[in-house]
Amino acid sequence: MASQPPPIGARQSPLYRAFGDRIFLAALLLFGLIVIGIVILMGWQLAAGGSQAFAQFGLLGFLGGVTWDPVADIYGAWPFIIGTLITSLAAIVLAFFPAIAVAIYAVEYAPRWLGSILQYALELLAALPSVIYGLWGLLVLAPILRSQQQSIVTWALENQQDWLLAILGPPIGFGMTTAVIVLAVMVIPYAASLAKDSIALVPGAQREAAYALGATKWEVIKNAVLPYAKGGILAGIILGFTRALGETMAVVMVIGNNNNLPFTLFGSATTIPASIINEFGEAMDLKLSALLALGFVLFIMSGLMNLLAAWIVKRMSVEGRL
Amino acid sequence: MNEQKPYSVSLPTGQSETKLTLAEGLRPRMETRGLSVYYGKKMGVRNVSMPIYANTVTALIGPSGCGKTTFLRALNRMHDLTPIARIEGEALLDGQNIYAPGVDAVEIRRKIGMVFQKPNPFPTLTIYDNVAAGLKLMGVRRRDVLDEAVERSLTQAVLWDEVKDRLRAPGMSLSGGQQQRLCIARALTVQPEVLLMDEPTSALDPISTQSIEDLLTELKKHVTIAIVTHNMQQAGRVSDFTGYFLLGDLIEFGPTNQLFTNPKDAHTEAYITGRFG
Repeated sequence: MASQPPPIGARQSPLYRAFGDRIFLAALLLFGLIVIGIVILMGWQLAAGGSQAFAQFGLLGFLGGVTWDPVADIYGAWPFIIGTLITSLAAIVLAFFPAIAVAIYAVEYAPRWLGSILQYALELLAALPSVIYGLWGLLVLAPILRSQQQSIVTWALENQQDWLLAILGPPIGFGMTTAVIVLAVMVIPYAASLAKDSIALVPGAQREAAYALGATKWEVIKNAVLPYAKGGILAGIILGFTRALGETMAVVMVIGNNNNLPFTLFGSATTIPASIINEFGEAMDLKLSALLALGFVLFIMSGLMNLLAAWIVKRMSVEGRL
Repeated sequence: MNEQKPYSVSLPTGQSETKLTLAEGLRPRMETRGLSVYYGKKMGVRNVSMPIYANTVTALIGPSGCGKTTFLRALNRMHDLTPIARIEGEALLDGQNIYAPGVDAVEIRRKIGMVFQKPNPFPTLTIYDNVAAGLKLMGVRRRDVLDEAVERSLTQAVLWDEVKDRLRAPGMSLSGGQQQRLCIARALTVQPEVLLMDEPTSALDPISTQSIEDLLTELKKHVTIAIVTHNMQQAGRVSDFTGYFLLGDLIEFGPTNQLFTNPKDAHTEAYITGRFG
């Protein structure tokens, strides 16, 4: 009888076996943990830094306070929160259809060469530093909008539409409208790129199924492609919204930076990131704490939006459902 | 309309009675004349002329890459969706060339339905809406019409009894074989004249395959069927006529029992006896 052959690789000690694999895995784990650690640490430090302001005004008092007066040392976050939400929401509403239209055109209709050009253009626009958008808004868009706004306000004045004047606000060219348009232009490439990717991922079999039923091209897109890609498209829109929430430079350059409510359509306004960049330079003590608290609020808002996007992808995407 | 000169089938002696019963009353629902398909410069199918007789099942067999699927997809202008594909020759539906200028491919696909290799129900739709999708595309909105058509199609696809209590469940909740029958029902709802099936059972288990095969015999009462299959036993079981493809050529076409028992071409014989392919 031949003796049992030794197990494969038995010459190596268990510790030595696949030693490289273990080191590699340990390194990956380390970096993974670092990322999670940074998120937790950052949230905790923002909250800790803002705790003085939260303690002074109370959580709801700080969030709902409408006065931000450094001279009187009174800090309320409401104008910044509402300014951030309004500008971002309006921007995403403006960007929604153009983004989806660009995505559909690029995937379904554009000839290959034009599709590639579109792809590069979207990537370039997405990668463009936001200060350039700000500069464009400041030097090109704001003057154009100002003259338009002036003619609208003049018309309202002549017709004595006082209610309209109250909504429109002063036609200075720097304000809510300008910021919303700049943000929309910035968000379109993000939302369009993600929508494009999800549309391109729709299996050919789905399109063919609709074509074989006698669907026209548009019917195929409407009935087979868009329902399938819906989750990814919506997630892209929400990530675009998150980007608008946090956009700082371009907004601060065109929004006029005014935290006195009520905000008007044309008049100046502010957002959380815009106020932080404007005020952190000379901030001390309670004001510094209030700014950190604002940062914490933005941190939470962005985090919630990302969670929502992830949930939508999981819930609405076809793969997630299977 | 009924001239079938180029395809007159000579059956081996002793089967002439079969020939008569088969040939009588047969008229081609579809017919190709010198049909070729090219992908760029690559040839997919070359100069194929064959009939697809009304209310029969025609099987297209041959080794992988022989062009049988390419040929099938040419029959309802699916190649229109591939920019580099080019068609030469004619494909007639009831005597009318579907590639003639001015013919609407959308209209053609409504008359010539298709079932694909892998079941592809619309994943966001319910069973009911999957089946009703074709009619809704045609603008049918009336509830009673849709209800009736859905029941009829699901019954024809032998799925009705299994799903009638859960028509509102997602189409994807069905098993693979049920999904394929759902796709068949979906194709039937618009009452096509021809149903093209591209290896409809290749992704299914034997029991589901059996149920689809049984279904074909029933279905051909309503619709003319052309089926691509890599499974010769399947071709033998379900089809009335068989075309054997090799390297883009139609090598032989004839009644299935003749082609399988007494092939005229040595290539065909080699393939069906399993010496090749």
